[in-house]
Amino acid sequence: MDTLTPRTADAVELDLSGVGLRETNRLLHHPEELTGTTVTISHPQGAHSVAAGLDAPLVITVAGHVGYYAAGMNQQATITVDGNCGPGVAENMMSGRVRVRGNASQSAGATAHGGLLIIDGDAGARCGISMKGVDIVVGGNVGHSSAFMAQAGRLVVRGDAGDGFGDSIYEARLYVRGRVASLGADCVAKDMGPDQLTELAGLLEAAGYDDDPAEYTRYGSARRLYHFHTDNANAY
Amino acid sequence: MCGIVGLHLRDRGLYPRLGELLAGMLVEMAERGADSAGVAVYGDPGWSPSGRVGVCLLDVGLPPKRVAEAVGDRLGSAVVAEQLDATTLLHAPVDPQELLEAATTAFPEVLVGGFGSDVTVLKGVGRPDDLVARYGLRSAQGWQGVGHTRMATESAVTAGGCHPYSVGPDQCLVHNGSFANHATIRRELIADGVRFDSDNDTEVGARFVARALADGLTLEAALKSLCATFDGFYTLLVSSADSFAVVRDAIACKPAVIAETDDWVAMASEYRALVGLPGIEHATIFEPEPEVVYAWTR
Repeated sequence: MDTLTPRTADAVELDLSGVGLRETNRLLHHPEELTGTTVTISHPQGAHSVAAGLDAPLVITVAGHVGYYAAGMNQQATITVDGNCGPGVAENMMSGRVRVRGNASQSAGATAHGGLLIIDGDAGARCGISMKGVDIVVGGNVGHSSAFMAQAGRLVVRGDAGDGFGDSIYEARLYVRGRVASLGADCVAKDMGPDQLTELAGLLEAAGYDDDPAEYTRYGSARRLYHFHTDNANAY
Repeated sequence: MCGIVGLHLRDRGLYPRLGELLAGMLVEMAERGADSAGVAVYGDPGWSPSGRVGVCLLDVGLPPKRVAEAVGDRLGSAVVAEQLDATTLLHAPVDPQELLEAATTAFPEVLVGGFGSDVTVLKGVGRPDDLVARYGLRSAQGWQGVGHTRMATESAVTAGGCHPYSVGPDQCLVHNGSFANHATIRRELIADGVRFDSDNDTEVGARFVARALADGLTLEAALKSLCATFDGFYTLLVSSADSFAVVRDAIACKPAVIAETDDWVAMASEYRALVGLPGIEHATIFEPEPEVVYAWTR
């Protein structure tokens, strides 16, 4: 695992308790006003929307716990939260990389289209709900209804998954090392071929983990909900 | 939305700071709803003097001295009264049920905010920062406190619709969410002889728990029974004469964070409410699992 972002000569510190959330995010949205591209945000104290809406290759460390929607809608930026996150971390991320060193609450990476979200601890309920292309690697467990209606992207869970895993899944690919409490509708275990082992090894390596991919089970869509089934005609 | 906070102190050295810490937590949650707010404080030596029991009456509309005389006449012994914003706090050296009966007989139309030997329940309409000042909460002491700041959805914005719901001796329940089948359960409880003060969904939960505790269930068992009976969204914080418990519904969309150190256990809707607690940087912080009852006893 990488350590805290090294402070370089052009490192910028933004003390959220003094600078304030709006000004901090405004500066991050206008990186030309910053004296460097490496930024530490100190004293976040559970604030919402910290480092949300970025669109620049900044390297940001948030030194503490944050509230809702941290790093939401991220594009390009590399953001490390050195603490826990509230609901919706990296929701709708488009690109870049977000790492949470602690735990994340519900809906981590919801609807995200791209980039890599790493949660070293546990993620709560609905991790990767409606994910649309993001890669998510969770160091611990994920809560119930994770990968609900997951459309595209990959979700790796190094621990266990809660009830209703992958319910109504489309074409996202899910890998779980531990136990799955129960699978949701149309989500099934699938074989691990050489392509999947290679894909998983790449995701684990990108996230800084060296697990044996062979310990994982792959899950995905049985594709039984894709088409109308005549047995259901009477329901309409 | 609605914001919930609670603090259960283990370190006696922190008892003098309970009100100050609870006030800071509650005010931080104002953005989750600020139409009304209430608190329950356990063990304040001024509000709950040793050897006496208390009853909190809401919006009596009479000077506290007159209220004390009227209730004292019914009780047949002297009652002390104090006005704390909209609440008239009565206490007397009797059994809690005796004082409650005297108060409700003297003022049958008045809402009881709470009663017991150790708890003081204060409710009011307004912003939490204003209410905290009007209650004098920052100087309160004690071993346990809960608070709620409300964004009303299920019943009117009144002191009566404000949480905590305290319907059994030294019991309190605060709720973020909404019960879907509360009308059905209310009818069943009414059929069993339970009386209600409001149309509020949370009151149904509080009366359900109070009846379960009166039937001899532990707080944990009462909350498991609630999970099996109630439909809807809820994060609940329930406190009693010696306990503090948290439970969330199966969907768990209403937020909750628990933090624990050797000196205290705290719960809030969001982490930011906890940042002012002493030693928070070393606390164990976690999100409660759905339908798991977390309980701590003194």
